Amino acid sequence: MSQITLVRVAVIAGFVLLIEALCRFGAINSLTLLPPSEMAAHLLALLGSGEINAAIVSTFSNVAIAFVLSVTAGFAAGAVIHALPRLRRLCDPLLASYYSVPVFVFYPLLVSLLGLNRWPLVAIGFIFGVTAMVIATLNGLDRVPRVLLKLARVHRMSRSAEALRIVLPAAAPYLFTGGKLALAYAFIGVIAGEFILSGGGLGYAIAYAYEAFDNRTMYALMLFVLIVVTAVNAAFYVWEQRLLRRRGRA
Amino acid sequence: MSVAPETTGSAPLLARDPSSAARRRSVQRFLDALAFVVVLVALWQLVYWKSEVAITGPLETVETAAALLGSENFWRNALATGRAFGASLILSCVGGVAIGLALGAHRFSGAVAAPMLTALYTIPKVTLYPMVLLIFGLGISAKVAFGVMHGIIPVIIFTMDAVRNINPVLIKTARILKLSPAQTAARILIPAVTPEIVTGVRVGFSLTLLGVIIGEMFASQQGLGFLIINGMNVHDVRTLTAVVLLLVLFAVACSSVLLALDRRLNGARRATDTPAQAQ
Repeated sequence: MSQITLVRVAVIAGFVLLIEALCRFGAINSLTLLPPSEMAAHLLALLGSGEINAAIVSTFSNVAIAFVLSVTAGFAAGAVIHALPRLRRLCDPLLASYYSVPVFVFYPLLVSLLGLNRWPLVAIGFIFGVTAMVIATLNGLDRVPRVLLKLARVHRMSRSAEALRIVLPAAAPYLFTGGKLALAYAFIGVIAGEFILSGGGLGYAIAYAYEAFDNRTMYALMLFVLIVVTAVNAAFYVWEQRLLRRRGRA
Repeated sequence: MSVAPETTGSAPLLARDPSSAARRRSVQRFLDALAFVVVLVALWQLVYWKSEVAITGPLETVETAAALLGSENFWRNALATGRAFGASLILSCVGGVAIGLALGAHRFSGAVAAPMLTALYTIPKVTLYPMVLLIFGLGISAKVAFGVMHGIIPVIIFTMDAVRNINPVLIKTARILKLSPAQTAARILIPAVTPEIVTGVRVGFSLTLLGVIIGEMFASQQGLGFLIINGMNVHDVRTLTAVVLLLVLFAVACSSVLLALDRRLNGARRATDTPAQAQ
């Protein structure tokens, strides 16, 4: 395990160094890509100056709200759809094709429904994230081993006891995956929404810097988003591995 | 308008041979689907009444869509999207399966790459679009690159996981028969993991389409994404809604086909499988 982590770090470090070298020796035009060290330096300067604090707060609070809403609503909807096979058969093709629809196109609609404030962006993050949670919930409930359900019947468990003691723990790994995906999609939805349409937040700041040919700010902000998302991801990954290990499954 | 012909169509179906259980079930499914569509259209109509400035109603949209389907301009843009999408999909599938097979077969590199792939899968790739544009320039190659960025990773992940979870007996058989790596891939690995590859391609299909459309929305003078963003910018709500409707119908139709294929290939296996580990 630790050897694997080591190689992983080496691969990433090698990649960053390669780009750094290619940029420094002029193989990559400085209009195209900046050396990573320069991105990092500019990012630190930006963070120090406090210029982007408002954007950071607005983006992350939107993502957090969208995430919480996605997970709760997605779980509830998944449970309902799972309980109704006839409804499910109808929903499946929609769920399967869901992510090919660029939901950002509904931003004007959401603005006219919800007003010109943070809620249209939260809604985009939610619309993006909730489906991942629904799909994961369905998946998890599908794969509760039948033996366990029989066990619940043998013990004459009540429905709520069965749900709490058997179904939820058995489906937990899938629900966890759903939560991870919901978070990722909430990020994608909110940032992409800001990027294409809105007038604030990190996504907007990146698009603005791009249009102003301010490559340094653009790459610094990209780096920031990448670092944050990867860090959140890694935290979830470690947590998940620990949970799985405790169950003696990984 | 979209509902009326379907309603009349269901009556003769109901009357025919009510004794067959299978037929009754298919009639029930059909009615369910009909009710579902009616509910969706009703919801749409409700949303339309709430905000008439941002969306057109179902009836009007179908009319606009029909007009679009007859216009040369639409087909020119659809063709532009189709070309970029086709190229991206082929690259995503071929590249994804090849990389997935390699990473799955070589256990150590697979273990190194797995969380990195998940991380790549979850970053908001749209923020990287300016970089893609700077590297590939305006035009079809940037769109294709962006589509591949979205679509290739799920194909890799599904293929890799499938190879890693393959029945070891099959690998041993290949070794006993002294198959070369290429033969092992062609004769053993690919047939064994085809169901999972189909699942991966199904997910990759949606995301590739999304990537191409976003690419067109952001920096393009052609394609359906351009029609959408243009509709937003000049407030041409009719065209905007109609293009989105056509896009959704196309995506749902293709996904349904892929889903049916996926079910057919995976159905038997899932019934007998022990619950797989969540990835």
